[in-house]
Amino acid sequence: MNKPLRRIAIFCGLLVLTLLLRDNWLQYVKADTLKTDPKNRRVTIARYATPRGDIIVDGNPITGSTKTTSKSSLNDLEYKRTYKNGPMWAPVTGYASQAFGANQLENLEDGILTGNDDRLFFRNTLNMVTGKKQQGGNVVTTLNAAAQKAAYNGLKAQGGKGAVVALDPSTGKILALASYPSYDPSSFAGTSDTDAKAWNKLQKKYDPSDPMLNRALRETYPPGSTFKVVTAAAALENGLYTSADENTDSPLPWTMPGTTTQLKNEGSIPCKNATMRIALRYSCNTVFGKIGADLGNDKMLDEAKKFGFTSEQYTPVRSSASVFSDGMNTSQTALSSIGQYNTAATPLQMAMVASAVANDGKLMKPYMIDELQSSSLDPVSKTEPQEMSQPLSAKNAQILQSMMETVVKDGTGKNAQMNGVTVGGKTGTAQHGVENSENPYAWFISYAKLPDGSSPVAVAVVIEDDQANRDDISGGGLAAPIAKSVMEAVIQSKK
Amino acid sequence: MSSTTNSPTHHTSTIGSIGTPSRRNTELALLIFAVAIPVFAYANVGLAINDQVPSGLLGYGLGLGLLAGVAHLVVRKFAPYADPLLLPLATLLNGLGLVVIWRLDQSKLLQSLHVSGGKATNQLLYTALGIALFVVTLVFLKDHRVLQRYTYISMAAALVLLLLPLVPGLGLNVYGAKIWISVGGFTIQPGEFAKIVLAIFFAGYLMVKRDALALASRRFMGLYLPRGRDLGPILVVWFISILILVFETDLGTSLLFFGMFVIMLYVATERTSWIVFGLLMSAVGAVGVASFEPHVQQRVQAWLDPMKEYKLSQQGVAGHSEQAMQALWAFGSGGTLGTGLGQGHSDLIRFAANSDFILATFGEELGLAGIMAILLIYGLIVERGVRTALAARDPFGKLLAVGLSGAFALQVFVVAGGVMGLIPLTGMTMPFLAYGGSSVIANWALIGILIRISDTARRPAPAPAANPDAEMTQVVRP
Repeated sequence: MNKPLRRIAIFCGLLVLTLLLRDNWLQYVKADTLKTDPKNRRVTIARYATPRGDIIVDGNPITGSTKTTSKSSLNDLEYKRTYKNGPMWAPVTGYASQAFGANQLENLEDGILTGNDDRLFFRNTLNMVTGKKQQGGNVVTTLNAAAQKAAYNGLKAQGGKGAVVALDPSTGKILALASYPSYDPSSFAGTSDTDAKAWNKLQKKYDPSDPMLNRALRETYPPGSTFKVVTAAAALENGLYTSADENTDSPLPWTMPGTTTQLKNEGSIPCKNATMRIALRYSCNTVFGKIGADLGNDKMLDEAKKFGFTSEQYTPVRSSASVFSDGMNTSQTALSSIGQYNTAATPLQMAMVASAVANDGKLMKPYMIDELQSSSLDPVSKTEPQEMSQPLSAKNAQILQSMMETVVKDGTGKNAQMNGVTVGGKTGTAQHGVENSENPYAWFISYAKLPDGSSPVAVAVVIEDDQANRDDISGGGLAAPIAKSVMEAVIQSKK
Repeated sequence: MSSTTNSPTHHTSTIGSIGTPSRRNTELALLIFAVAIPVFAYANVGLAINDQVPSGLLGYGLGLGLLAGVAHLVVRKFAPYADPLLLPLATLLNGLGLVVIWRLDQSKLLQSLHVSGGKATNQLLYTALGIALFVVTLVFLKDHRVLQRYTYISMAAALVLLLLPLVPGLGLNVYGAKIWISVGGFTIQPGEFAKIVLAIFFAGYLMVKRDALALASRRFMGLYLPRGRDLGPILVVWFISILILVFETDLGTSLLFFGMFVIMLYVATERTSWIVFGLLMSAVGAVGVASFEPHVQQRVQAWLDPMKEYKLSQQGVAGHSEQAMQALWAFGSGGTLGTGLGQGHSDLIRFAANSDFILATFGEELGLAGIMAILLIYGLIVERGVRTALAARDPFGKLLAVGLSGAFALQVFVVAGGVMGLIPLTGMTMPFLAYGGSSVIANWALIGILIRISDTARRPAPAPAANPDAEMTQVVRP
């Protein structure tokens, strides 16, 4: 009987071996996947087990943590997130809710904020030895509180939907990131019925104004005339025209090639063979439409791509990709070159356009996290400014600057003029809806240049207001004053 | 070798077997560790959860130490040549089980669901009963071959035990599995006891019939096919297993009994064909029953796609359970080294967290390292059992030892495999670790029987009578 016994011994050994292999697969190979699965309740428990680290603006936290007070003994989440001035900062922070998960910075930097990040391992081990409780680290943002306040209050005073993005052209630091209407992430940070109600009320199906949409990063709008800055850059870069004051080859009226449709200008403005400076000042559709048609789809797309179109930006919060189409015919290219047809841009994208021009042609990668800190404020990692591309040469950038400065000095952007500061900008009024049936979007992009030649801020503002009177909507009227107050706030805070 | 060396060789080997060490002191040394490790673990849990050494530490340590001490003394007196590993290994598992049951007692979530709270005290009581049964086994069962006399009584007893849960008013339906009975407020799982009683019956039956089963066969395609009438017993056992599956909806118990029978049949007859038959029949049975039994189907679904099952249960669809997914998350969150005792969240498994799913708590809090250690301990128990079977001198002892060890191995595989998502979940519990009186008591009896067989097996043969021839030659008369 001993031979089968030995075989049974081997068989039992194999049973145990199978279990050991399975366990290795489960607890070694698949461990991280299972451990970080958002449905795994432990992820939420860990997120709220300790006072969460803070998100910091200008040295002051814009978030906080409070002990969860719950009548139920089953609450396994110890701390709850709080927000200071939640609606204003929501596009930056995102939310961290016990019941509804987290997004944006709260989600992306969850490891630092909870203190579970591997980079904090040494410190956590030290804390464990010294008996201190694990604490979350801080996320220090690049934002400027005054600029953000100006942006948010400007949008709020306007009352319609809209967004503002302000960048520091020389570094790519995001200085303001506002979206309106907004929401208060504190209102649904907990797990109570009140929190659930607040959350439901904010969902798009119950609130058509979609307050939880981050318009600054995630909504694309037809950029309208503000896109003419990109078209002008393409003309200069491709050598179609070499100066701002050279007459262009622009017939009026102009019938788009391959069609019988005439491209129209707004009102009777001096666009026939106008220089680019004049054309930008009066926002001539015919001139820039023709430039686009002359350059062709490929060259226009190349230039747009250099400004960041067609790709998502990671700030590290992801932005939607802005659109400039490929494979268009000449008339479609002409329409796209004045920011119509398929062309669509996020407010961040248009701020990047203004910023690249202001920074003598160099586009810096936009970012909003300056530094990650441990709980004892030691730096864990610091973001270094990074050049993303060079959409135009320094010489051409200066030509374009002078054109944009004319727009503010004499043209459609007069509302953005500031004392002692040179401002360059471009208005935009983009049509949308079938047959231009809906209210247009009001755009304004601009930058400020100090007497010493440095340029501390570039802004993009967009307002979509379906309540407003159609005639009132023009980039110069609605959007430029907000851009101006944001630029002022940045310049004031630098002093 | 010349013929002159014959006699000395024979002589030496006899002396060697007289000198077989009893290994009782080895057992005692191992037992000290087997008690100390759970005591440290217990202190660890208390420090992790309440920041203080638990007040019950002394009582608990003394309790476990006393039980282990009594068991050891009884082995020393009544089974001095027994295998030295079985008792310490079982004590260690039992002690660790107690610690984790106590740890889950501290969970507010489980307390509110009445899953835990004071269960560790109960388990210690069950352990005492189990050790008592262990002692009784060793004291009154002087020779395991006595059990042979009760072959057919065992059969009847096993059938009764297996059918008890189906008796109306006595049986309980707990989450779809009908494997419990309720007697005077206590719930008992008769299947755990049936396991041992059936092993006795199979061993007795096969010992008598093994020659007929092994030799009277026809050769067909390289396999020895048994005669039709010899197929009878395996068909009966198969049919009973199917009945258990259908009426008690318990895949585990069914698999366990059938597997145990096939193992013993194979050992008794040395015929591989029985294994082939066994595998075929269990496949046919399992697939056949699964095709019409919704409870089994649901278990299989939960095994194939635990995430979908989790989502369905979260949506409140009746009859679905999040447990399978929760257990996987517990294992995964433990990772290589675990969170440390008392610092995991395996109470999220909720129902049966301290019984069927207790291995998930070990997985989360002791990690891959801990689970590997525990699986190896189980492996050691099984292999010591099979070793006992190898060493046993009588066929009944061999069959009984391998049957019990094989059943133990299958149970560990089916439960651990189920909790780890390797096979569908079944309603069985990890021997010694899980909360539950029947399981602990029955498994201590099982260890008692294995120790008895190993004692008989390792007991030195009586010294040979003096060789009369040798004596004659020494008579030298001047």
